[in-house]
Amino acid sequence: MNIRVQILAVMIGLGILVTILELIRKRKLREEYSVLWFATAIGILVLSLWFPLLEWLTALLGVVWPATTLFLFGLIFLVLISLHFSIKVSRLTDQVKDLAQEAALLSEEVSRFRAQSAVPEARPDTSSSNS
Amino acid sequence: MKVLAIIPAYNEEASLPVVLREMSNHAGGVDCLVINDGSKDRTAETARAVGVGVVSHPVNLGAGAAAQTGFRYALRRGYDIVIQIDADGQHDPRDIPSLLRALENEGVDAAIGSRFLEDRGYRPTRMRSVGMSFFNGLATILTGQRVTDSTSCFRALKRPVFKFFAEMDYPTDFQDADLRVLMKRAGFRVQEVAVSMRPRLGGRSFINGIVPAYYVFKVSLSILVTLLREAPRLRRE
Ligand SMILES: Nc1nc2c(ncn2[C@@H]2O[C@H](COP(=O)(O)OP(=O)(O)O)[C@@H](O)[C@H]2O)c(=O)[nH]1
Ligand SMILES: [Mg+2]
Repeated sequence: MNIRVQILAVMIGLGILVTILELIRKRKLREEYSVLWFATAIGILVLSLWFPLLEWLTALLGVVWPATTLFLFGLIFLVLISLHFSIKVSRLTDQVKDLAQEAALLSEEVSRFRAQSAVPEARPDTSSSNS
Repeated sequence: MKVLAIIPAYNEEASLPVVLREMSNHAGGVDCLVINDGSKDRTAETARAVGVGVVSHPVNLGAGAAAQTGFRYALRRGYDIVIQIDADGQHDPRDIPSLLRALENEGVDAAIGSRFLEDRGYRPTRMRSVGMSFFNGLATILTGQRVTDSTSCFRALKRPVFKFFAEMDYPTDFQDADLRVLMKRAGFRVQEVAVSMRPRLGGRSFINGIVPAYYVFKVSLSILVTLLREAPRLRRE
């Protein structure tokens, strides 16, 4: 494989690795979302540094150029990551919906009980400035 | 028999007062609950002004989610029957007695208003008519029962049905033919009842622009996966 392609691939792999670590360190990314990213970065590093493995895979796939194999694997991982996020987002959507419905029902209940016991509505804006 | 009318409303300040007035004139003895789905206008205030119950979503969740909030409310507060009616004035509260009458039959779990069971002068646009015939045909085949208005959300549901809707993964947007197929698979007995349908009194329907294409896709997909899933097992109370 062309040495420049190899250097580029190693840099991309290292770049992803460092970025992910840094994001977790700063608590901007949760550990559970990082698994596939680490797998991608390590996959790219292993394939670009361990040339016999890459050659073997290239022959297996019937691809002409080893770099194609490398980027093919990168692409597959990106598809997996997107799918993973779609699943997570779907779950979050359901959870947000349930929470909003629950908040709506509880808030109705609070105002109903308040009306029954004739406790005046709380006014957070004005009361908090006095305390 | 405690009956609750749930009225999902999104930016319906124009038509809501009319609907609520008609409710008190033609469906006395029925409690009303407006589910304000994160409206940007004065929908909630309009409803509170006439003294009906209001549940407000903090954000817009969609018409289906608003209906489900109504089912959850009815479940918690021990209602026996839920009537679902739109806030845009398209459904006529004068038809509620016939919906309720259909439920007096022991063998009926849900009464669904149909615009097409009798000709009452409702004329959909050509595009809509094609889409509706497609889903009516599909629902008729899949339920083995004549479905003439699969898009109708004007209905009366007995407790087991709205309990099922409250607890399931209910659609948040369109409530359509997929629900008819699901109800059949869950073993509920559905009867269609002839109702009138009027033009909207104000606001606008969300089925416009690019939405129809997405709508056909989504409901078709939903029917497919409903058939692929195991039939729901119900825990009867
Ligand atoms: N369009 C829209 N309607 C909503 C929403 N949430 C609740 N609704 C209510 O759901 C009902 C049906 O909506 P509509 O747009 O008239 O649907 P259509 O009659 O099937 O064309 C109305 O009472 C709306 O106010 C929402 O997010 N969007
Ligand atoms: Mg409507």
